Amino acid sequence: MAEEKKVYTRTKGIIEGAVSGFCPGCMHSTIHKIIGEAAEELGQLDNLVRVEGVGCCGLGQFYVTCDETIAAHGRAGAVATGIKRSSPNSLVYTYQGDGDLAAIGLAETLSAANRGENFTVIFVNNGIYGMTGGQMAPTTLVGMKSTTTPGGRDPQEHGYPMHMSEIINQLTAPYYIERVSCDTPQNVIKARNAIKKAFKYQLEGKGYSIVEIVTSCPTNWGLDPLKSLDFLREKMFAEYPLGVFRDGGEKKQ
Amino acid sequence: MERNLMIAGFGGQGVMTMGKLLAEATSQATDLNVTFFPSYGAAMRGGTANCYVVISDEPIGAPVSYSLEDLVVMNGPSLHKFINNLKPGGNLFVNSTIVTDPIDRDDINIIEAPVTQMAIDINNPRALNVIMLGVYVGATDAVPEEVIVKGINHKFEKKPKLIEPNVEAFKMGLEIGRAQKK
Amino acid sequence: MAERVFMKGTEAIAEAAVRAGCRFFAGYPITPQNEIPEYMARRLPEVGGSFVQGESEVASVNMLYGAASTGIRAMSSSSSCGISLYSEGVSYCASARIPMVYVNVQRGGPGIGAIQPAQQDYLQATKASGNGGFRMIVLAPDSVQECVDMVYEAYDLAERDQNPVLVLTDGVMGTMMEPVVLPPMKTDEELAACRAKFADRAIVGHPLGQQAYCRPGSVGDGQEKVNIEAAAMYETWDKDIRVEEYMMDDAEIVFAAYGISARISRAVIRQLRAEGIKAGMIRPITLSPFPYDSFRNLDFDRVKGIIDVEMSIPAQMRWDVDYAVQGRCPVHEVLRSGGQLLTNDQVLKGAKEFIKEVL
Repeated sequence: MAEEKKVYTRTKGIIEGAVSGFCPGCMHSTIHKIIGEAAEELGQLDNLVRVEGVGCCGLGQFYVTCDETIAAHGRAGAVATGIKRSSPNSLVYTYQGDGDLAAIGLAETLSAANRGENFTVIFVNNGIYGMTGGQMAPTTLVGMKSTTTPGGRDPQEHGYPMHMSEIINQLTAPYYIERVSCDTPQNVIKARNAIKKAFKYQLEGKGYSIVEIVTSCPTNWGLDPLKSLDFLREKMFAEYPLGVFRDGGEKKQ
Repeated sequence: MERNLMIAGFGGQGVMTMGKLLAEATSQATDLNVTFFPSYGAAMRGGTANCYVVISDEPIGAPVSYSLEDLVVMNGPSLHKFINNLKPGGNLFVNSTIVTDPIDRDDINIIEAPVTQMAIDINNPRALNVIMLGVYVGATDAVPEEVIVKGINHKFEKKPKLIEPNVEAFKMGLEIGRAQKK
Repeated sequence: MAERVFMKGTEAIAEAAVRAGCRFFAGYPITPQNEIPEYMARRLPEVGGSFVQGESEVASVNMLYGAASTGIRAMSSSSSCGISLYSEGVSYCASARIPMVYVNVQRGGPGIGAIQPAQQDYLQATKASGNGGFRMIVLAPDSVQECVDMVYEAYDLAERDQNPVLVLTDGVMGTMMEPVVLPPMKTDEELAACRAKFADRAIVGHPLGQQAYCRPGSVGDGQEKVNIEAAAMYETWDKDIRVEEYMMDDAEIVFAAYGISARISRAVIRQLRAEGIKAGMIRPITLSPFPYDSFRNLDFDRVKGIIDVEMSIPAQMRWDVDYAVQGRCPVHEVLRSGGQLLTNDQVLKGAKEFIKEVL
C-alpha cells in the first residue's frame, strides 16, 4: 500500500470547520484563505490584526482567527492608523471593498496612503456594492447595470470608473502597489505572493502597501460563476489591468 | 477686592503680551486669583487686539467684564469702542502718542503717557507695552512693583540681555503712573 | 505641594492628558481648540507617543477608536461643529465598549455658528452624541484646574466602564489662562499596569484560540444583549453623580448652571448675599449622570425660584432642571449664545429682575 502524503493543509488563519457566508462563486473566500496562508508562512498569525470595512467584507469576521475590529463604513484607513501607531509591532491590514475604500472612505484611504502609514490594504474590487444589493460603485464599468443605474452607468451622469491603484500611485509615500486577481490558480498564487510581500514589507517597516484584487460578483452582476469569470477577464481586466504599479518605494512608470 | 482690566490696541503693540505678563507675574508671585482672557477674531493679523485681566482675592467669575475698573487704550479705535465699558470713577490709560482725540467723559480718571514715543526715544520701540504696564501699576498699585520685576526676569530667563532694558522701561512707566495717581 | 503654573485651558488639558498617560492623539484644526493638537504635536514625541493630524474629524475620531482598541490611553478634541462629526466614532466606541476620552471646547452654533465660546452642545453631549441611544459620563469643568483634574480622571472612568467619556468645556475656559496645579506624570509602570488589565481585549494580535475582537455591532440577536449589558452599566452610575451645592443651606433663590456659567453665578451669588438675598447654586459637575435629586429634593416651601444660567439660546440644561422640578417653583432663564459671553453684571441684572418678582 502506497504511503499517504499530506499535500494540503487548510490555513489556521481560518476557523477550523467554518464555512464562509459568501455567495457561490465569490472570491472573498479564496482571498481569506490566501491572507491566512501568507500570514501563516510568515509566522505572523498570532500577531495579525484585521480591520474590516463595511459590506460583504464584514462577513469575514466570523471566519478568521486573528484579532479583528470593524471600522465604520470607509474608515478602515483611519482605524488602522490608530491601531498601528499604538501597537507598531502588530501586523495590521485592512480588508475593504470598493464602495468602502473608493467612495465613502476616499479621504481616509488617500490620506493614510499619503502619510505612508505602515499597514497593508487589501482592496477587493468587484465593481459594485454587494451586501446592500448591487448599487453602483465608483468602480462600476461604463454601461454596467446596477440597481441605481438601471440603464447602465452613463458617464454623462455618473462619471467614469475610478482606478484606485493608479490614483494611489500618484502619491509619493506608498511603498508597494499591485493589482492582482483570483480567477485562475496561477493568479491566486500571484495574489498570495503579493499579499505576503506586502506583509513582509510592513514587518520591515517600509510603509504603506495596497494589494488590489479584481474580482467578480456573480450574484449582483446577475451572471453565473463561470460567465462572471468571462466578464471579469474580458471587461474588468480591460478597465483594471493587472500588474505591479510600484514595488520598493520607486514610482514605476 | 476684584479689578477688571481691559487692554486694547492694534495687533503688534504688545497688547496680549502686556496682559499676559501682568497676569502670569501675579499668578507666580502672589496667592491672588487671576485670569487672562484674549479676545480673538477670525483674522490672524491686523485689526484690533484686546485682552482682559482679572485680579481678585476671591474666586473669579467671568474672566470678561463690560464694567471695568481699568481700561488701557493703545490706539484711537479702542478708545471709541471701549470707553463706555469703563465704570464711573474708573481709570483710563491713554497712549497719548497715538490717541489724540478728545475724551468726552468727566467721571473717570485719565492717565496719559506717550508710550509709543517714549519707547522710540529709548531705542526700544517694542517696549511700549512694558512702559504702559509700569504706568498702570504706578497709578493703581494693582500689584506690588516687585511682582512685575520678577515677572520680567522670568519672561526673559532665556534672553537675559533683555531683562535690564525691560525693567528700565517698566520703571520709566512706573514714575509716570505714580505722578498721575489720583 | 506642586507648583502653581499659569496656563491656557487648552494647553493645560493637553498636558493633563499626557500626564494621565495619553500616548496617542488625533485631531483636526478647529477654533477654539487648536492649541490642544498643537501642544500634542510638540509634546507626544517627547514621551514616545504618536500624534496624527487627521484629514477630518471623522477620520480623527476613528483613529481614536483604533488606538483605544489596542488598550493605549488616547485622546482627541474638537469644537462643536467638529464634534458633530464625532458622532460616528463615539457611537462605535460605545457599542464596542472602547474606553475613549475626548474633549469638546464648545463654540457658538448651530452650523458653523461662531468661533467664540458658547454652551450650545448640552443636549447633544448628554442625550445623543451619536445613534443608538448609548450613554456616557459627561464631565463639566468650571475652571482650568478642573479641566486638568477631569481630563486626568476621565481615563480611569473610561477604563472602568469600557465606555466613552466626554469632557465638555467651552471656549472661555479653553482660551483663558489661570493658575493651575498639574497632576503627577504617570510612570511607565503604572501605564503598563493599566494596559495589562485589558490585554485580553486589546486588538494587537493574540495566539490562536485567544482571538480578541472589537465589534461595534452584532448579527442576529447579539445586539440586544450588548444593549442590555450597557443599560445595566449605566444603572450603576448613581454613585458617580457629582454636584456642587453652593450656599444652599438657606437658599431661597437657586441658580442652576454648569461650567463657565456656574463660576459666573458663584460670583453673582456672593454679590446677592452681600445685599442680603439668600441665593445659592446647584452646579451639576457630571452632566451625565445628571444630579436630578439635588433639584428634586429641594425644599419648595423655602425656595422661591430657580435661575437657569446658560450660554445657550434656547436653554438646554433647563430640560433636565424642569424634569426634576416638575413645576414646583418658577424657573427663570438668563441666557446668551452665539459667541456672546455672559458677564457677572449681566447675570446679576437678569437675576435681580426675577428676584423682584418672586421675593
